[in-house]
Amino acid sequence: MQTAIQVSDLVVERGGKEVLHGISTQIEQGVVTGLLGPSGSGKTTLMRAIVGVQIVKSGKVTVLGQPAGSNELRHTVGYLTQSPSVYPDLTVLENVKYFASLYGLGQDVVTETIEHVGLAEQTGQLVRTLSGGQHSRASLACTLVSRPSLLVLDEPTIGQDPVLRDELWKRFRDLANDGATVIVSSHVMDEANRCDHLLLIRDGSVIADDTPAAVKAAAGTDDLDEAFLTLIRETETVNR
Amino acid sequence: MTLRILASTTRRILNQLRHDRRTIAMLLVLPMILLSLIYFMWDDNSALFNRVALILLGIFPFIIMFLITSITVLRERTSGTLERLFTTPLGKLDLLFGYGLAFGLVAAVQGAVASGYAYWVLGMETRGVGGYVVLIAVANAVLGVALGLLCSAFARTEFQAVQFMPLVVIPQILLCGLFVPRDEMAGWLEAISDVMPMSYSVEALTEVGANVEATTTMWRDLGIVAGIVAVALALGAATLRRRTP
Repeated sequence: MQTAIQVSDLVVERGGKEVLHGISTQIEQGVVTGLLGPSGSGKTTLMRAIVGVQIVKSGKVTVLGQPAGSNELRHTVGYLTQSPSVYPDLTVLENVKYFASLYGLGQDVVTETIEHVGLAEQTGQLVRTLSGGQHSRASLACTLVSRPSLLVLDEPTIGQDPVLRDELWKRFRDLANDGATVIVSSHVMDEANRCDHLLLIRDGSVIADDTPAAVKAAAGTDDLDEAFLTLIRETETVNR
Repeated sequence: MTLRILASTTRRILNQLRHDRRTIAMLLVLPMILLSLIYFMWDDNSALFNRVALILLGIFPFIIMFLITSITVLRERTSGTLERLFTTPLGKLDLLFGYGLAFGLVAAVQGAVASGYAYWVLGMETRGVGGYVVLIAVANAVLGVALGLLCSAFARTEFQAVQFMPLVVIPQILLCGLFVPRDEMAGWLEAISDVMPMSYSVEALTEVGANVEATTTMWRDLGIVAGIVAVALALGAATLRRRTP
């Protein structure tokens, strides 16, 4: 398998505080990677570094052979920010159409993508008037519409009903099967079981970087929730 | 810069405005109401009305586009759409010129409507043709867009952004020659007025008012305003950062 993302000794400071302390990892192409960790652990910062909008203090992030954020990557990387970043004063269709147009894509992809996120009935509705879950799906549609080969999704399933959440995960799986690299952050552990690979971050450091099965085996339990607790306790004992 | 992306960005900004009917109504009606007010204030002194109304036709688009741009661009910066756009093939110039084009177009419509109202309904008179008045109004609007874009970088909230309006706009209105002719001001005031773009657009409008043909001074003034727009846009571009802390 080929490497899609190579992160080496990444150090990031935000607001005068170091939030990533020299993270190194490697993400394979065509794989769904779950980025897990409590709120404030550095998930969003790592994702921002991968899409190239984060000022980094030191270290290197290489994406598909290019430095993160370089010009060539802007056609291949799709980023979903944690809080929905779409235009509330435009309709769902106008939003998705605009983001499609940045890649020179037309109407057929737009309609299809809106259907994929379950907003077919809200197509002509102003985003401002949508529910919270619909709002974030409109934002997701704007990311998916360009068919990126690297998807960086910051908590895409938060606030969605269980049926839709299931459908979205199937969608991410399909995209990975078609060769896309998918990184999904979450703080819901039951979603971790759906990933091929897990990256657990706590306080700006990686505490687990393996398949769900291997993470469970290492902790000697069948439950991911428990496995993470064990791993966190272990690292804390080591640090003391 | 990509022509396709520039065009779709311009369309997107206009679409946002199109969904905001109340703002459109205010853009068109407000100048008419204020012009009417001036008309009744000086209904026995048509020379003074002609002078003040003409200058106001240049000031409106500047103020309004400054406000609209600083708020919209601040929203792009704070809502995350700007961060997201910077992960796409969109270039800084696509966004910058997109705003300039979209709001420039709106200003052209506003300028035409307000000038038409001033000429045909209120009986404003100028020696030069009204087309130049609209042209200068549009140049002022684009100036407002450029400065609004720049100022949005220094505001964190919409409350702060709105307060840049009096800071940037009022001194220019006071010193542009509307209240006191510029050459009668104290030397240091005239010097400040010399570096303010509005002084030149007001002078250009006065030239249209006083001369049948377009004068060299008018073209020179328009050139100066265009130059300031270019500088402000370049500075604005520098505040649009792909990478942020």
